[in-house]
Parts: sequence; structure tokens; C-alpha cells
Amino acid sequence: MSARPKILALSSGGGHWVQMLRLRPAFEGCDVLFATVKPGYQSQVGDARFTVIPDANRWNKFALLKTAAAIIGLLLRERPDVVISTGAAPGFFAVSLAKFVGARSIWVDSIANAEELSMSGKKAGAHASLWLTQWEHLSTEKGPRHFGSVL
Amino acid sequence: MILVTVGTDLPFDRMVKLIDAWAKEHSRSDVFAQIGEGAWTPEHIESAPFLSPEDFAAKCAEADVIVAHAGMGTILSALHAGKPLVVMPRRASLGEQRNEHQLATAKHMEEKGKVTAAFTEDDLLHQLNHIADLKPREPIGPHASKSLTDGIHDFIFKITG
Repeated sequence: MSARPKILALSSGGGHWVQMLRLRPAFEGCDVLFATVKPGYQSQVGDARFTVIPDANRWNKFALLKTAAAIIGLLLRERPDVVISTGAAPGFFAVSLAKFVGARSIWVDSIANAEELSMSGKKAGAHASLWLTQWEHLSTEKGPRHFGSVL
Repeated sequence: MILVTVGTDLPFDRMVKLIDAWAKEHSRSDVFAQIGEGAWTPEHIESAPFLSPEDFAAKCAEADVIVAHAGMGTILSALHAGKPLVVMPRRASLGEQRNEHQLATAKHMEEKGKVTAAFTEDDLLHQLNHIADLKPREPIGPHASKSLTDGIHDFIFKITG
């Protein structure tokens, strides 16, 4: 790994994005590229690099394909050391494809999922190098770990 | 000023219609609603489909109280501004969301003492009728808990997974 790890921080919009922004102290000493679905969010990342990916959810297969293609392009171009996502479907792609470019990956399941992990969050467990829930009662020995929350 | 928001994704007409009717009945002219693209347009209260993050932060700062869907983006923004917050969960059973996670969010965030939850229209009307009694909350900081950001930072800098 280079002296300054390259991070790809990718999420959908709304609450997923707000939660990603609250994780920023974790990226101290790293070169971060933020990737999300709304150009208007760029003003919130200061001088950090920023790119837009097409939005998708798991109910629209065509949009999902476009999003997956964009993420594969991004991973090949950027070659990050670590991919991190707070959800949702686009983040699942990024986390599950990270290993193909030699990157480790982190899934932080949204704090909105207080009673069970999201669908993407459950599936991400099989792929993520670090699998986290923000609710202590949802962490298990073989399941996601709990370090804390965005609150 | 009462700030109403449905988040950035989908309209939530059931909540906005109820607040519009309440504002009309009580002659409240100090309500502003961010209603989403393609939403029903309120007749009595001022509204916009979408606000930029900067405009939304400015409205949050100006608001005395925030009434919202139970989305985490909205909840975190309101808590950061230290404003009292009433949340009404979108219901998948009414086609307002794809699953019932907002019910879980509202319930668990209320248990943590972060929000006042209104699970039904009657609950929401009750909260609106007593809106002046809602107390401001201790604002949350700009970042996640240190244990979470430290844990992620350590993982990033760990050479072998």
C-alpha cells in the first residue's frame, strides 16, 4: 500500500450520503475519491475529489446494469486500496467488486436498519473485508461487527 | 418556523396533506415544506420540491421545529442543528417505501431519545397541536462516534487484512 492509502468512498444519496460524510475523520491521511449520485453534493466535500455515478436500486435492472458498468470503470481507473460504502445497491456493487482490483472493502450498514440489516447489507457480508452494523444488538460472532454509529 | 421535509427521494403526500390542512385550520403562515419531485402541491403552506444541501441547512438553522419522514439523512441533519424533531415513518404497506425500515428507525431513534415519533395520522396531529411544547435537543457533533471512525481508520492502515 502506498504511503497515503487511496480510498473510494461510494454511496447513494440522502441518508446514505449524510452518513458517509460523518465518517470523514476515518479517512485522515488518505487520498479519498467520493462517488455518489447527485452532482449537488460536491460542495460538501471541500477539496476532496468527487465523481458522480448513475443511481439505481434493486427494482430497476437496467439502471442497475448502468450503475455496475460505471463502478467497474471507476475501480479499474482508480485502483483504490480500500473501497468503503454506507449503501445502498451501488455501494453493494462497489464493495463486492473491490477484490477484483485487489482492494479491501468496508461495508457500513445504514443506521436506518435498526431491526435487521438491509438486503444489500446482508449480501455484502460475503464480500466485505470489514462488515459493520451500527446497532450493537445486530452484531453477531459470525455476522457484522459493531464499532459505533454515525451518531 | 416549522420546517417540513420528506427527504430527497420520494414524495410523502399523506404527511404533507395532513400538515397543509392543519396549517390552514390554525392559520399558520410560518410553515415551509420540502415535498419531493412530483409531489402533490400544498395549497396553504409554502413548498419546494427539492433544496440544495446549503439551502436545506439554512432552513434547518432557521426552523424552530422540524417535522419529517423517518429518513436518516433528515434525522442526522435535524440533530446536527439541535432542533426538536417529529418523524412520521413512511409505510411500505401504503406504497410509501419499499420496506418498513422507517418504522424501525422511528422506534429505535425514539428509544434513544433523539426524535419524537408519530406512527399514525392521529399521533402527528397531536404533536402538531402541541408543537410549541417540544424542547430543543443537545446538538450532535459533525462526525460519527470516535470508536467507529477510529476502527475504520485502523482497518484502512492495517497492511494485512
